[in-house]
Amino acid sequence: MTDKTGTMLYLDGVSVAFDGFRAINKLSLIVQPAEMLAIIGPNGAGKTTMMDIITGKTRPDDGEVLFDGRTDLTKLDEAAIANLGIGRKFQKPTVFESQTVWNNLEMALRKPRGIFRTLFYTPSAEDIARIEEILDIVRLSGRKDELAANLSHGQKQWLEIGMLLAQDPKLLLVDEPVAGMTDSETVETAKLLKNIALTRSVVVVEHDMSFVRDLGSRVTCLAEGSVLAEGTLDQVSANPLVIERYLGR
Amino acid sequence: MMSDLIGTIMERSAARRWLAAAMALLVAVFAFGSPSLAQVSDAELTQRIDALAPGSYADRAGAVGALVASGDPRVVGVLQVLAEGDLLVVEETGKVVYVERSGKDFALTDPLTGESLGSVPRGDVEKVRVNNSLRRTLRTAIGQLTLLSEDRGTRLAAAQSILRDADPANLQLLDESLAAEIDPAIKRTMELARAVITLKSGSDVEQIRSAAETVAHSGSRDAASILSAAMGTVPDELRADIQASIDGLARDRAVWDALQNVWFGVSLGSVLLLAAIGLAITFGVMGVINMAHGEMVMLGAYTTFAVQETIRQNAPGLFDYSLAIALPLAFLLTALVGVAIERGVIRWLYGRALETLLATWGLSLILQQTVRSIFGPTNRQVGNPSWMSGSFEFYGLAITWSRLWIVVFALAVFVALLLVLNRTALGLQMRAVTQNRRMASAMGIRTPLVDAMTFGLGSGIAGLAGVALSQIDNVSPNLGQGYIIDSFMVVVFGGVGNLWGTLVGAMTLGIANKFLEPYAGAVLGKILILVLIILFIQRRPRGLFALKGRAVE
Amino acid sequence: MISQALFRALDRKAIWLVGILVALAILVPAANLLIPVGQPGHVPTYVVTLFGKYLSYAMLALALDLVWGYCGILSLGHGAFFALGGYAMGMYLMRQIGDRGVYANPELPDFMVFLNWQELPWYWQGFDNFWFACLMVVLVPGLLAFVFGFLAFRSRVTGVYLSIITQAMTFALLLAFFRNDMGFGGNNGLTDFKEILGVPVQAATTRGALFAATALALALSVLVCSGIVNSKLGKVMIAARDAESRTRFLGYRVEYVKLFAFTVSAVIAGIAGALYVPQVGIINPGEFDPANSIEVVIWTAVGGRGTIVGPIIGAILVHMGKSYFTSALPELWLFALGALFVLVTLFLPKGIVGLLGQYRAARARPERSGNQRDAGVDPQPEPAE
Repeated sequence: MTDKTGTMLYLDGVSVAFDGFRAINKLSLIVQPAEMLAIIGPNGAGKTTMMDIITGKTRPDDGEVLFDGRTDLTKLDEAAIANLGIGRKFQKPTVFESQTVWNNLEMALRKPRGIFRTLFYTPSAEDIARIEEILDIVRLSGRKDELAANLSHGQKQWLEIGMLLAQDPKLLLVDEPVAGMTDSETVETAKLLKNIALTRSVVVVEHDMSFVRDLGSRVTCLAEGSVLAEGTLDQVSANPLVIERYLGR
Repeated sequence: MMSDLIGTIMERSAARRWLAAAMALLVAVFAFGSPSLAQVSDAELTQRIDALAPGSYADRAGAVGALVASGDPRVVGVLQVLAEGDLLVVEETGKVVYVERSGKDFALTDPLTGESLGSVPRGDVEKVRVNNSLRRTLRTAIGQLTLLSEDRGTRLAAAQSILRDADPANLQLLDESLAAEIDPAIKRTMELARAVITLKSGSDVEQIRSAAETVAHSGSRDAASILSAAMGTVPDELRADIQASIDGLARDRAVWDALQNVWFGVSLGSVLLLAAIGLAITFGVMGVINMAHGEMVMLGAYTTFAVQETIRQNAPGLFDYSLAIALPLAFLLTALVGVAIERGVIRWLYGRALETLLATWGLSLILQQTVRSIFGPTNRQVGNPSWMSGSFEFYGLAITWSRLWIVVFALAVFVALLLVLNRTALGLQMRAVTQNRRMASAMGIRTPLVDAMTFGLGSGIAGLAGVALSQIDNVSPNLGQGYIIDSFMVVVFGGVGNLWGTLVGAMTLGIANKFLEPYAGAVLGKILILVLIILFIQRRPRGLFALKGRAVE
Repeated sequence: MISQALFRALDRKAIWLVGILVALAILVPAANLLIPVGQPGHVPTYVVTLFGKYLSYAMLALALDLVWGYCGILSLGHGAFFALGGYAMGMYLMRQIGDRGVYANPELPDFMVFLNWQELPWYWQGFDNFWFACLMVVLVPGLLAFVFGFLAFRSRVTGVYLSIITQAMTFALLLAFFRNDMGFGGNNGLTDFKEILGVPVQAATTRGALFAATALALALSVLVCSGIVNSKLGKVMIAARDAESRTRFLGYRVEYVKLFAFTVSAVIAGIAGALYVPQVGIINPGEFDPANSIEVVIWTAVGGRGTIVGPIIGAILVHMGKSYFTSALPELWLFALGALFVLVTLFLPKGIVGLLGQYRAARARPERSGNQRDAGVDPQPEPAE
């Protein structure tokens, strides 16, 4: 297959089965540095399982998963992978509800993660400035001292994106970022992600086709655990296989 | 030196007397209701016993004959005491008595009724004398009353007693009764007794050789020790053969011991299975740990107690059916308590497994204290029905009926539960909820109802376990506490959502426990098991038979 | 760096709590020793000892709260760490008896003479030294917690599974300590203590000093716990409690976070046990009983988990209730305790402290909800799951 060096994310022939059910079947995928890739696909296509594999939550039965062209992700655990520079936003917004917006961001902020370093951590002026900047970007400055539980669904989505930014990752995995957002928020989110993709690699999983169109990125369609079609959104949606999968049967 | 000897003799004769009494009791138990025996009144019998004292030896032999003719089983004891030379007569009255030394005097008891007859100074009583010819007569008489008795149990007990004594003097009697015996089990015992006697005192090499073979192939648990004991007396040319037999027997013994351990393990495993299986279901389906599960077992045991008490007072004839009556009642009672707990407490705590654990612990304290208040803090006596008492030997294995029935019962409950889970609508719904609660709910399964039913079922099975455990354990308010941690271990080890996991877990832990016990002792063995499980859970955090996939999270 | 952490630890509640405890450490023994018997204000010695005992329980509850309230680890085996600390102290006190035992053996404790032991086992060596014993008080529970926690957290044993194996741990220790040949006095445990640091254990001054030591140790534990939970690590602990895998995806090694809290907690529990033993004068295997460990959980729950003050209040209140019941209505105590478990989990999940907090929040709400409307984006309706 293609040259591995120089890629940000490289999946080749990845398979995983749960009790005989093949959730991912010989999946191969490449993401270049500073590139955005949108992944679409029907329910059960294996999108979330793919993210689980990349972030170390699930071990693949077979295949190669490389980060930055050299690091084998199948040997590492979630924390190690996160510290390599892979950030993940979950399908269901997962923020720490019993803590304030500020604390959510402070925990996410890229800093040494060791026990004692964390225990004796005191935020520097720089850290505070960075958190305030992110609050500004995700429009939560006015609610920074509120508990995350009190945010609306869309705000939680944004807080989670803010946490991703605070992590300062090289690769962002974003699972359904605009679910539960208003149209205007959706447009803003697309802008934000495009902006991020100028310097980092972003993989977005999304059902909302108008949002995917807004992203204007390369699109991969997954079905039954492997790649069905690749190309621009127009190319993919014109693909007869994809049409059959979505509309047919 | 002299006093030592006397002391030994005294001890032996005391032991014999005890044995004789025990045997008489046995005979009495078995012989009751044998219609062919001539019924003789106690007064007549006492007269015949008193007739043992006066006159010549020949007169006494006649009196013995008259006693045997009575066919009364109590006579055996009297004759045995007479053969020992321990029967005395009060000179003044001519009354034949048993005596017991009491200070300076002798305490007298009636040989027939065991009634106390007061005490007399030593000089007032005299021994009823016996000579060798009378002894022979007595032995034959006793043999006729026992070895030739019409009752199978009496004969078997007599044969076993002769086997224990291995007295050469019994050889002739043994031969006679062997010729008449038709029951194969008794015949085997008699043949073995004969072989043991020959081995001990025989003179003919061939006879001894065949006797040794009989002993070696008898399958008796004592065969090796009998042969070892005989090694000193047998002719030299037989020693090598016998030694080979002993070695062979020792090897067999090791195998049988291992099998015996497996049996003990299976037996313990069944108990664990009964106690844990309900817990596994509720944990599997609802994800909650029911700390009051042990108390459900306890309630089942107390139900058995209550049923037996009622039967004792109102219909003693039904005692053998007490367990059959207690089973449905225990199931119903504990299932109802279970449903009440689920509806009253647990359903408010869904998704908060740790809180459920605490609340059910509180319920367990309340249930324990309730039972303590009603039935008292001490152990209550729960009896075994006749078909569950006693034991039997299966080749080299000693198996008690109660344990055997519990193994059978545990497997029956397991199979029944398997059928409920795989063949009924409730089972299907339970499995669906186990695998994916939200999906099941979305498909129209009424999960609250399934939860209540599951909890009721799990608790009901605990109640059944309680009925079974009442047969082998003390029934006290703390009964459940003794099983709860072991049950947890079974569930943790076997994994949830799969009954086979519980079965394998229970049996593995049961057998492992019993195999560790001889090496490490019971307590250390248990500690070792706990440590091993804590280590095991490192490898497989969700047990042997765990569900996999996204739904688990 | 450390001073900053300490400063942060001293939020207002913690300052108050530490202040009260230090004041108690001085005033209670003073009221016992300086005010003559019969005078108003005199505190009888038995009350000093009773409350000294309560404070050591409070320390145990606080230790449990650090793992349960903040990390979500429901340990049903914390009594084991308490008992191990107690045994370490008990071994020191046993060695201080010297030849004043029944068998007057200068080297061996009575129960060893009784068992015909010829010499002191290796693991009893050094316990004649107070500071060595103190080291063991910290080290033994800490090490056990570290090893046990390492194994359990590394393989991600969580929830009820973890609770059950912690229970199995204390149960295994219970069985082990019941054995005579373990060399810890078997069934009877360690008792008949005479002296601690050369002064009689029973003396009123010693009782006062032990009370003061317990109050100060509790104050120190409050400082340590509040320092931890107010640090960023404390926030990560709460994060791991609420959304463990999310925390991992942020790059935190949740297993080490838990291991840290578990070990610190075990050490605090061990110290509490060491302070408890000289005050009650006995330590026996019964302390390992799983039922004891679960009781600690209810103290914490009653007071309010996830707070620093809660477990302390809970432990003291439940024990005062227990003292009342066991003398007035002994047969009702287990009913009351059982009901407490059920009612607190059903109706008071945040405990007394949480209830007070809710009450205060409810009074403050009217103004705040007004502010909320102005602040930022309009709240969205929750999408259906």
